[in-house]
Amino acid sequence: MDGGTEFVDGNALAGTLAEVFAVDVTAALARCGSCGETGPLAGLRVYGRAPGLVARCPGCESVVLRVNRGPGAAWLDLRGATCLRVDLPD
Amino acid sequence: MAGTAVPGRLTWRVATLVDAVEETPTARTLVLEVPGWPGHLAGQHVDVRLTAEDGYRAQRSYSLAAPAKGDLVRITVQELADGEVSPYLVRGLSIGDPVELRGPVGGWFVWRPTDPSPVLLVAGGSGVVPLVAMVRARREAGVRTPFRLVYSVRSPGDRLYADELNRPEPGLDISYVYTRTTPEGWPAPPHRIGVPDVNSGGWPAEFEPACFVCGPTGFVEKVADILVALGHDPRRVRTERFGG
Repeated sequence: MDGGTEFVDGNALAGTLAEVFAVDVTAALARCGSCGETGPLAGLRVYGRAPGLVARCPGCESVVLRVNRGPGAAWLDLRGATCLRVDLPD
Repeated sequence: MAGTAVPGRLTWRVATLVDAVEETPTARTLVLEVPGWPGHLAGQHVDVRLTAEDGYRAQRSYSLAAPAKGDLVRITVQELADGEVSPYLVRGLSIGDPVELRGPVGGWFVWRPTDPSPVLLVAGGSGVVPLVAMVRARREAGVRTPFRLVYSVRSPGDRLYADELNRPEPGLDISYVYTRTTPEGWPAPPHRIGVPDVNSGGWPAEFEPACFVCGPTGFVEKVADILVALGHDPRRVRTERFGG
């Protein structure tokens, strides 16, 4: 994943989000707040390099998620996702 | 609780290079010792972080290339001419040197040996790394899940893991697409992957294979479109793009 100039995909969110969540959320289903397309976070189009990542819907290109890992804190902006479904064992 | 790993929370660890394998003139496999490595699934990756003397940091993701052996993990790094991190990992890092690493991460682009579905792997260039990790996981688990690999690469000399993939392996079929130079006497001229390559090298959609596609963004978009056009359920097509 080195040297890309275009977008990569939501798999690239895994490391930063694993710092925040107790489960891997790249396999979680997110619904785009703009067009309603639902798919795994891993399927989002991710622009930018660490520490700031912007993830867009593959259907309509709206921003679904932004995450920024700064000194001593992570900022997570999920305004473009209306819901997140995470598979968990009972 | 200093020094105690918190389950589920990812932390940077210091890994040490203990061995290295030259795969091609521009790609190297690093064998890294990571104390307390928790194990991983085929297809998962790690983040690698380098810190310069002035404090500047650069971080990249690399796919794990094989199942772990205890605390030993493997990544294969393709050097990029304009890369910040890959030239150092391919040519600069020496045996015994430390590097910061965290992982394993990613739970989507993974293959589990317990999944009985036939598997189609489509690789563009160094996108073959996580797919060969799946081939190796299959071998290690001793399962008979039928695998097919379609490997698109610039020239015969650019093939990663060439000797290993040349060895016949029951249940694993491999076909190659050469984009710039072919071996002598190769039946097709150099070309970019297309419908016939995916169709003849893959599985019919009715077999409902699990499809894994990894490579540069343009390659992955094209192959994913071809698979869906050939009737594969988009939900069974998992992709990993690495830009470019």
